[in-house]
Amino acid sequence: MKLLMKGNEAIAEAALRAGCECFFGYPITPQTELLQYMAKKLLKSGGVFIQAESEVGAINMAYGASSCGKRVMTSSSGPGISLKQEGISYLAGAQLPCVIVNIMRGGPGLGNINAAQSDYLQATKGGGHGDYKVIVLAPSSVQEAVELTIKAFDLADKYRNPVMILGDGMLGQMMEVVEFDENYQPQKVEKPWAVTGERNREKRVTNSLYIVPEELEKHNFKLKEKYEKIKESEVMVEEYLTDDAKAIFVSFGMCARIVKSAVNKLRQAGEKVGLVRPITLWPFPENELKSYASKNEVEFFVDVEMNLGQMIEDVKLSVEGKKTVHFYGRTGGMVPTIQEIMDFYYSLKE
Amino acid sequence: MGFKRPECLTKESMHYCPGCGHGIIHRLIAEIIDEDYKESKIIGVAPVGCAVFIYDYFNFDFVAAAHGRATAAATGVKRSIPDALVFSYQGDGDIAAIGTSEVIHAATRGENFTAIFVNNGVYAMTGGQMAPTTIPGQVTVSSPYGRDPKKQGYHIKLCEMLVPLDGVAFVARTSIHNLKNIEFTKKAIKRAFEVQMNNEGFSIIEVLSNCPTNWGLSPCESMKRIENEVLKYYSLGIFKDKGRGI
Ligand code: SF4
Repeated sequence: MKLLMKGNEAIAEAALRAGCECFFGYPITPQTELLQYMAKKLLKSGGVFIQAESEVGAINMAYGASSCGKRVMTSSSGPGISLKQEGISYLAGAQLPCVIVNIMRGGPGLGNINAAQSDYLQATKGGGHGDYKVIVLAPSSVQEAVELTIKAFDLADKYRNPVMILGDGMLGQMMEVVEFDENYQPQKVEKPWAVTGERNREKRVTNSLYIVPEELEKHNFKLKEKYEKIKESEVMVEEYLTDDAKAIFVSFGMCARIVKSAVNKLRQAGEKVGLVRPITLWPFPENELKSYASKNEVEFFVDVEMNLGQMIEDVKLSVEGKKTVHFYGRTGGMVPTIQEIMDFYYSLKE
Repeated sequence: MGFKRPECLTKESMHYCPGCGHGIIHRLIAEIIDEDYKESKIIGVAPVGCAVFIYDYFNFDFVAAAHGRATAAATGVKRSIPDALVFSYQGDGDIAAIGTSEVIHAATRGENFTAIFVNNGVYAMTGGQMAPTTIPGQVTVSSPYGRDPKKQGYHIKLCEMLVPLDGVAFVARTSIHNLKNIEFTKKAIKRAFEVQMNNEGFSIIEVLSNCPTNWGLSPCESMKRIENEVLKYYSLGIFKDKGRGI
């Protein structure tokens, strides 16, 4: 069935279809419709919906419910996600699945409520304390947001790890036609670690405390092993018109959609350009970028973001200095136009 | 009948300092569970503080929460498994400073679990700093001249703050400084669990406890200090029991 839905609501609907039983949130623009949608549905269906006293409260409720083996979601925007970081670190440390949505806005501080990609580094480089990783998925359309939300729950359970959907205010607020697979049934996942209170078995504890250094090191190595496995198996990337490209744009999320239009226009004008769009921001498609960097015909890269250069660090690391990586970005809620991107490209060729 | 280890306590030896009240309070909880909830689902929510290893001492499930967040985690737990007996076990720094927001809102929402709040007036695990519950005049390593309300504010009375909230079904403050009060503590925890199992709403017991180590007193002296000094600032009793019209 095709529906016209706002990004925030489509993510919420997808979560429910993925079997999300518990939602804990706190209002913040531009993600609030997600919370409202969950309230409307979960309060009727017998699920758990709590509008928490703060983002700190919400993420820790999620920690409790996830400990009990439930499929759990929480959502917010930049400033609220900053408050959740403590809880995200605990979720990662205790190896608890949880889907966290960040509908980004302009920062730093209170910034503004407009679309921006201000939180790439926060999402992919930890954000909270300690050695841990969160799987980060960056949809560039409402339809893709639906698909990635469903996938996020499966990934979270599969790896017992928090998964973040990183969208921006534009994605959250815009309406697009979406299609849900009516035959889809959420995976039933066994959780032999879940705290259920039952007494006729060995006790279970969800915890991230390892007071003995040898034990914490062992635990962290175990996490590292898991992260390596995720890096090997879960990278998602769109490669668009890159086969014969001489210049490769790199961009993610909604911004990549604008870049894609610029690529199309540049192609019409005879320019050999392509686009690499990381769909998983962590794990980052470093091998893909590395292989383009090694191609003789590729002359340079152009990283375009709605911030002042965050993903570019990963792009440069992947390119390993083999080619120049240029940057074009708008910030503060400003969205780059197709023309701006084209002009920037032409300026590089001068 | 001999003095036996309650069945729901593990054989692990506790890491608490000799004479510390945590051991007494753990035992009371264990006795109640053995007496009334042998077959029930039970989930404890552990704090950060001296009782951070509490999950090692009981043989049922635990969720170990972040500092101050036990009442939020317990909310998620109880909402997920409503037929389990759920309790958080938290010290005064945990529940009455960093976790104030979480406990007030769990309480006012009427979350149907029990918070066991151990008040010994200091941040014990980090070495005895002033807590929100430190009484006026009390010397700690971060109130070295004695807590001066003019400079450091007054001690917090969490129970009194929670009583007016409609979601709160049971509030008691008890102490463990002598046998009579230990018995009263047991009765209060027992009643709080009962209130929870009747789905009446949020329940909390504040237990005045000792910290001989950071108070610099012998275990006996520390119990006397509760009686002679702490009780001047904290009154004992059942402040609210909705089901019984109190
Ligand atoms: S430091 Fe104080 S509260 Fe902590 S275990 Fe020792 S006596 Fe008990």
